[in-house]
Amino acid sequence: MVRPGDRIFSLLSLAAGILILAILAGVALFLLLQSTDVIRASASEPGSISGGHGFIAYVLPLIAGTLISALIALLVATPFALGIALFTTHIAPRRFASSLGYVIDLLAAIPSVVYGLWGLSISGHLTGLYAWLATWLGWIPIFAPDAGGGVSQTGNTILTASLVLSIMVLPIITSLSREVFLQTPRLQEEAALALGATRWEMIRMAVLPFGTSGIVSAIMLGLGRALGETMAVAMVLSSGGLTLSLLVSGNQTIAAEIAQNFPEASGLRLSELISIGLVLFAITLIVNMAARWIVTRTTIKEG
Amino acid sequence: MKLKRVIPAAAIVSIGALTLSACGGSATGETGTGSQASDSASVSGTLVGIGSSAQKSAVQAWSTDFKSANSGAQVNYSPDGSGAGVKQFLAGTADFAGSDAYLEDDQVEAAKKVCGPDGAIEFPVYISPISVAFNLEGVSELNMSPSLIAQIFSGKITTWNDPAIKAENADANLPDSPITAVHRKDESGTTENFTDYLNKTASKDWPDEGSKEFPGAYKGESAQGTDGVVSTVTKTKGAIGYVDSSAVTDDMGTAKIKVGDTYVAHSAEAAAKAVEASDQVSGRGENDIAIDIKRDSTEADTYPLVLVSYHIVCSAYADQAKADLVKSWEKYVLSDEGQQSGAENAKSAPLSPAVAEKAAKAVDTIKVKG
Repeated sequence: MVRPGDRIFSLLSLAAGILILAILAGVALFLLLQSTDVIRASASEPGSISGGHGFIAYVLPLIAGTLISALIALLVATPFALGIALFTTHIAPRRFASSLGYVIDLLAAIPSVVYGLWGLSISGHLTGLYAWLATWLGWIPIFAPDAGGGVSQTGNTILTASLVLSIMVLPIITSLSREVFLQTPRLQEEAALALGATRWEMIRMAVLPFGTSGIVSAIMLGLGRALGETMAVAMVLSSGGLTLSLLVSGNQTIAAEIAQNFPEASGLRLSELISIGLVLFAITLIVNMAARWIVTRTTIKEG
Repeated sequence: MKLKRVIPAAAIVSIGALTLSACGGSATGETGTGSQASDSASVSGTLVGIGSSAQKSAVQAWSTDFKSANSGAQVNYSPDGSGAGVKQFLAGTADFAGSDAYLEDDQVEAAKKVCGPDGAIEFPVYISPISVAFNLEGVSELNMSPSLIAQIFSGKITTWNDPAIKAENADANLPDSPITAVHRKDESGTTENFTDYLNKTASKDWPDEGSKEFPGAYKGESAQGTDGVVSTVTKTKGAIGYVDSSAVTDDMGTAKIKVGDTYVAHSAEAAAKAVEASDQVSGRGENDIAIDIKRDSTEADTYPLVLVSYHIVCSAYADQAKADLVKSWEKYVLSDEGQQSGAENAKSAPLSPAVAEKAAKAVDTIKVKG
């Protein structure tokens, strides 16, 4: 005997599930349809695409710039985030931990425009550090100075943009890993301590292995945020062509490219911007699928 | 992320504005029929304009004035960009477009579908000189030839005490610090006019044709919007950028550009003169006042590094009320009063009387579709 309430609830939740799929498919379809012009133009007349060498040549540096900035942001943010999460769950006194957690969560609530403004105001102060990096570590390609031997005088480089991004992804990774660390079975922790493990050994043997899949998915969520972040990058980065060095102006991310050029775009250019949106869509999809795959793999191993 | 969400919202708002204007138009059509509005008679109704963001503050000032002179009239201008403005105008959803570039030939043809056989009328309404501004302590003015500017912005000249700069500025106290050239990272009419100027006057040092996007091959810093360039130049020692003259602050020095044998400082008068001295684009209708700016002018007192922004209207509208409204609005924009108001509020250069008169004549021909 099925009650009406059950039926209504199951129909509603089914509708919600279908709606999400339909919206996702609709977005993909919209992006695909709007991009056909560009794909056709790129095949028949590569010169008509921005940059003059076809769509692939146009989009590859943007993909590279997007990945570079997101990766640096993660490299910087992850150790900090895990440190903060471990500190709040296992080391800090409970009272202090909860207020610290609250402050970290607050970082996520700051609008990205504010981060952009902040990035612009600190960028000038980073030039000294960049000049130092170029002088002493200039032999590493990513810290190489430009042809004239100098670094960006404004500090509005991809490194600055990535540092701003890293602060923006910090709360996401922190709060997710904190939740995961809190779930570590108390018995395992106590068993480790009872066997004479130090607190660090206990964390290494009980907390981290248990949390691996959670940490991975937290990082992947952070990556998603970093890939799609528009405003802060658009404001901070002095964009330009692809450059390996992080200390000179140059590079551009997909999201910032769209945001900056959309207002004046029309015709083929508009279609171009939408199709790089499709590329970003595909990248985030791949990242999410990869995250899923890693998470399921690690979970099965534990079970 | 945030911006993506704003765009659909803006679209909804502008659609709302369009619907409103449609209602307003038909309502006044009934009451306004038969009243042959002369220039002084009050008009009413709502006009929708879309286009150039360069004109934004000028149009804002004009529409406020226009509204206070005609209590029932309303002009809604959304500064979505020149490209968007022309597109909406050609689709028939905007009553007029503001554009930093005159219509291309195929767009002139397309306009005939919306506006009837006589097509569109376009005329300059907003002239603004573009300044080459820099941040050098103790230097408020430098002489620069087009070739010098081109070499600085293409990255060939990298320090301030380069012999090429010294050659034109014997007296200036130039430091040996690096030059940071700042360009716009978004597509803009300012960049288009700046690069077109360099291409036409120093093609050897600047082979790229004028375009809205700064050539990617050249190094240099980039910043978002006019404000972005101004703030980057202001806070970076040794920086140089090109901005709308109205945005130049006291902290920056500006270049006098070489015209013929003399160096001319940016000024509203010199900019207006440069437009007056230019030819109209040939092979177009009499009322299509598209100006081919003479970048390589050698006439003294002209400042050819200038941005000209147009209004594009139909030669014929569906009803008398709308035609009267457009006529009255554009006449106000072109009037001395309107141009002065633009100069005060947007720091633009008022049109020279000859150009304004010609444009006003074109506006007079607006009629009802028949």
